[in-house]
Amino acid sequence: MQPPIILYTLSTCRVCKATKKLLDKLAVTYECTDVDLLKTEEQNAILEKIKTANPRGAFPTVIIGDTVIVGLQEEEIRKALGL
Amino acid sequence: MTEIEKLYEMLRKLQEPKGYFFNVDKEIVFDLLNGLLVNKMRYGYMSCPCRLAKGELEKDRDILCPCDYRKPDVEEYGSCYCNLYVSKEWNEEKIPHVYVPERRPPEKIPF
Repeated sequence: MQPPIILYTLSTCRVCKATKKLLDKLAVTYECTDVDLLKTEEQNAILEKIKTANPRGAFPTVIIGDTVIVGLQEEEIRKALGL
Repeated sequence: MTEIEKLYEMLRKLQEPKGYFFNVDKEIVFDLLNGLLVNKMRYGYMSCPCRLAKGELEKDRDILCPCDYRKPDVEEYGSCYCNLYVSKEWNEEKIPHVYVPERRPPEKIPF
């Protein structure tokens, strides 16, 4: 079974878009949030979550099960998905 | 000429003599330039489209595009964090295209 995938992105970020494309290509389902489009309160709450996983708060942050991957790292993403 | 095309030409003329070239993939470049215009509307300045701005100029100054980290990133990886500005060698694929990690120090990240 596919582990849950959570993706935190910015709507203006190219690497974030490329990461979404990769996940689409891999035909996996994922939950994605464009953090820059959130209202301040929601944004702050999400940023706290992101910082727990990725202290630098860089985008995209990809969480696959218990694995946190920062950036478009195809090999690591595939590995975490067992592909 | 659209606003993005104007921005492209203006920045190209300004940055190429300094040794910084736009990524040869124009689709990527136009997408990122659009991000810069979105940020200009949002915050009043063109902050990096690949980083979350605070919306306070003083806190975002280091990530105004071109950001403070472009020079060391292009020197080390041949590309800035966003893959917007790159070296000639990067465009000619003479150096590998690797993911450019965040160089901005954690203490500068305002959240």
